[in-house]
Amino acid sequence: MGEWKNVTQFRLEKRPEPSKAMLYLTPIGAVLATALVGAIVFSLIGYDGIGAVREIFLTPILNPLKWQDLAVKSAPLIIIAVGLSIGYRANVWNIGAEGQYVLGGLAATGVALLTRDFSGPWILPLMIAAGMIGGMAWAVIPAFLKTRLQVNEILTSLMLTYVAIQLLNYLIIGPWKDPMGFGFPQTRMFTDDQMLPRVIPGTIVHLGAPIAIVVAIAAWFFMSRSVLGYQIKVVGAAPSAARYGGFSVNKTIWLALLTSGALAGLAGVLEATGPFGRMVPSFPTNYGFTAIIVAFLGRLHPIGIIFAGLAMAVCVVGGEVAQTTIKLPVAAVGIFQAMMLFFLLASDVLVRYRVRVGTRREAEVAR
Amino acid sequence: MNPDLLIPIIITLVGASTPILIAGLGELVVEKSGVLNLGVEGMMLIGAVVAFAVTYSTGNHWLAIVCAAMASMASSMIFAFLTLSLSASQVATGLALTIFGTGFSALFGQAYTGKPIVIFDSVFPDELENHPFWRVFFDHSPLVFFSLFMVVAVWWFLNKSRAGLILRAVGENDFSAHSIGYSVIKVRYAAVAFGGAMAGIAGSCFPLLLTPQWAERLTAGRGWIALALVVFAAWRPFRLLAGAYLFGLVMTIEVYTKASGSMGLFPSEFWAALPYLATIIVLVLISLRRSGNSAAPACLGKPFMPGQ
Repeated sequence: MGEWKNVTQFRLEKRPEPSKAMLYLTPIGAVLATALVGAIVFSLIGYDGIGAVREIFLTPILNPLKWQDLAVKSAPLIIIAVGLSIGYRANVWNIGAEGQYVLGGLAATGVALLTRDFSGPWILPLMIAAGMIGGMAWAVIPAFLKTRLQVNEILTSLMLTYVAIQLLNYLIIGPWKDPMGFGFPQTRMFTDDQMLPRVIPGTIVHLGAPIAIVVAIAAWFFMSRSVLGYQIKVVGAAPSAARYGGFSVNKTIWLALLTSGALAGLAGVLEATGPFGRMVPSFPTNYGFTAIIVAFLGRLHPIGIIFAGLAMAVCVVGGEVAQTTIKLPVAAVGIFQAMMLFFLLASDVLVRYRVRVGTRREAEVAR
Repeated sequence: MNPDLLIPIIITLVGASTPILIAGLGELVVEKSGVLNLGVEGMMLIGAVVAFAVTYSTGNHWLAIVCAAMASMASSMIFAFLTLSLSASQVATGLALTIFGTGFSALFGQAYTGKPIVIFDSVFPDELENHPFWRVFFDHSPLVFFSLFMVVAVWWFLNKSRAGLILRAVGENDFSAHSIGYSVIKVRYAAVAFGGAMAGIAGSCFPLLLTPQWAERLTAGRGWIALALVVFAAWRPFRLLAGAYLFGLVMTIEVYTKASGSMGLFPSEFWAALPYLATIIVLVLISLRRSGNSAAPACLGKPFMPGQ
C-alpha cells in the first residue's frame, strides 16, 4: 500500500557537555553570517549591499586612521558590557545601562560645575568617583525593588532610562544651561583639569581605552578567582543549589546591579570628560543598549567582551564611514547589530546540541 | 469640571490608552502560553513604520493596519523560531527583536520624515462625532473600538473556549500538556504570532491615531509599558483594560499640561517622565499587595524541548 520515500531529517541531540569549540566559533560565525545575509538583504532592498558590508566590517580595520576611533568607541562598550555580563551570569537582567550611563555623565557634570573655579589634579578623580556613584545610585532602585519586593528589574531599569533622559533634558535646558551658550541647551565646556588626558599624543585616544582593558582584566580575576565570582555563577546557573549551598541570592543581585551600575556610570564619565567635554542633549548614545549585544557576543566573559567590544566598534565606526561614502542610513547599523545577535542566539543551539542529519523511510500519505 | 473640557480629555485619554491596551492584550496571550516576549517595543515600531508607509502611499487606513499586523507578526516569527525551535534565551532574543525593530523603523522611516498623513478618525456620521455630548462615545478611531472588542474576545477565548484552555494548560504545565498530546511548540508559535500581530496593530495607532508625522522611536517606550501592564493586570484582560486607561490618564495629563503651557509646580520634563515613574510605582504597588504567590503562568520564560 502506498509509496515509500526517503525523508531527510535534522535532529537535535543533546551534548553531554556544552561544546567549547562551538562556544568560541559561534560568535565568529555570527559575524560572518551577518555580513553575508546583510549584503544580500541590503542589496535586495536597493542599497549597495556589498559596499555596505565592506565599509562596515572592513574599512575600519584596513584603514589605520580609523584605529583611534575603534579605541575610543570600544572603551565605553567594553566597560558597560563587562558590568552587564556579571549580572547576566547571575540571571540579573539589567537593561537600563543607558540610564546609568547618563546618570554617570550627569553626576560628573555636577561636580564639574561645582569645581569650575578650582584647579588641581584632584578634580578629575572626584568626577570619576561621582560618576560611578551616580550610575550606581540609578541601579540601587531596581536592586532594592528586586530584592525587597520581587519587582522585575528588566522593567524598572529600563523605565529609569527614560527618566534619566528627561532629567538630562531638564538640567541642560534649566539650571545647568550655559549662560554664554547663545541659548543652546548645553552646559559650559569643562576646564582642562576636568578633561580626560589623551594617552597617545596626536590622536583622540584618551584614558578610557586603557581603563577598559583594566576593568575587563579585573573582572576576569574577580569572576574566575574570587569566591564572590564563583557565587555569582552558581546563583545564575543553579539557584536552588546556591540556596542549598548557603549563598545569598539577594546579595548577588545587589552586587551584580551595583557593579554594572557603577561601570555604566564610569563609561558615562569617560564619555563626558573625553569626547564630549560638556553635557549636551546628544549624550545618550545608545552605548547602554549596544553593550547588551557586546556582552552576549563576548559570551559573558570579560576577555571575550574585549574582542566583542572591538568588533562592535568596527560596526559603529564602519557605519559612520558607510554613511558618508555610500549614503547608507546610520540606522542600518542597528539592523546589522540586531542580526548579529539573532545569529549568535540561533547558533547557540550548536553549543548545547549536535545536529544529526539522517534519512528515514516514510510512507507517503495517500491523498 | 467643565464638560467642554472634560469630554476632549476623555477622548484624548481613550486614544492614548489604546496602543498599550492592544499590545498588552497580545502579550497577555503570549505570556499565558508560557512565553515571555520582550520584543513588544520593537514589533510596535515595525508596525508603526509599516502603517505610516502604507497610509502615506495608499491612503487606505485599513490596509495600513493589516500590513502593520502582518509585518510585526513576521518579525515575531524570528523570535518564535529562535526561542521555540532552537530554545534560545527568551530574554536575550526579545531584546534583540527590540533592537532590530528600532533599527528597521529608523531605516525605513527616514524617507517619511516631515511628510504628513491623514489621521484614522471616527467613521460615524458628523452629527454624532461633533455632537457636544454624544461625541464622547462616537468620536473615536475604529482602532479604539477594535481594542475594546479585543478585551472581550481575549477574555472569552482564554476562559470560555477549548483552544484557550489548551493554551493556558501549555503555559501552566508544558510537560503535562505535552504528555496528553498537545503540541506545546505549535500552541506557543500561534500565541507568539497573535502577540506579534497585536503589537503591529498597536504600533499602527501611533501614526494613525496619535501623531500623524514620522519621528524616530515614535512609540517612546510604550511597548515596555504594555509589558508592565500585563504584570499589573495579573494576566486578566479586564484588569488590563483598567490599567491601560489609568496609564492613559497619566499621559493625558502630560499632553494637557504641555498644551496649556501651565506646568504648575513641575517642569515639563517631569510630566514627560511621569508615565515611566508611574509604571515603576504601579509595579511596586502590585508586589506589595501580592504576597508570595505570583499570578504569573508557571512556565513563563522557560524553554521547552520535547522528548527530553
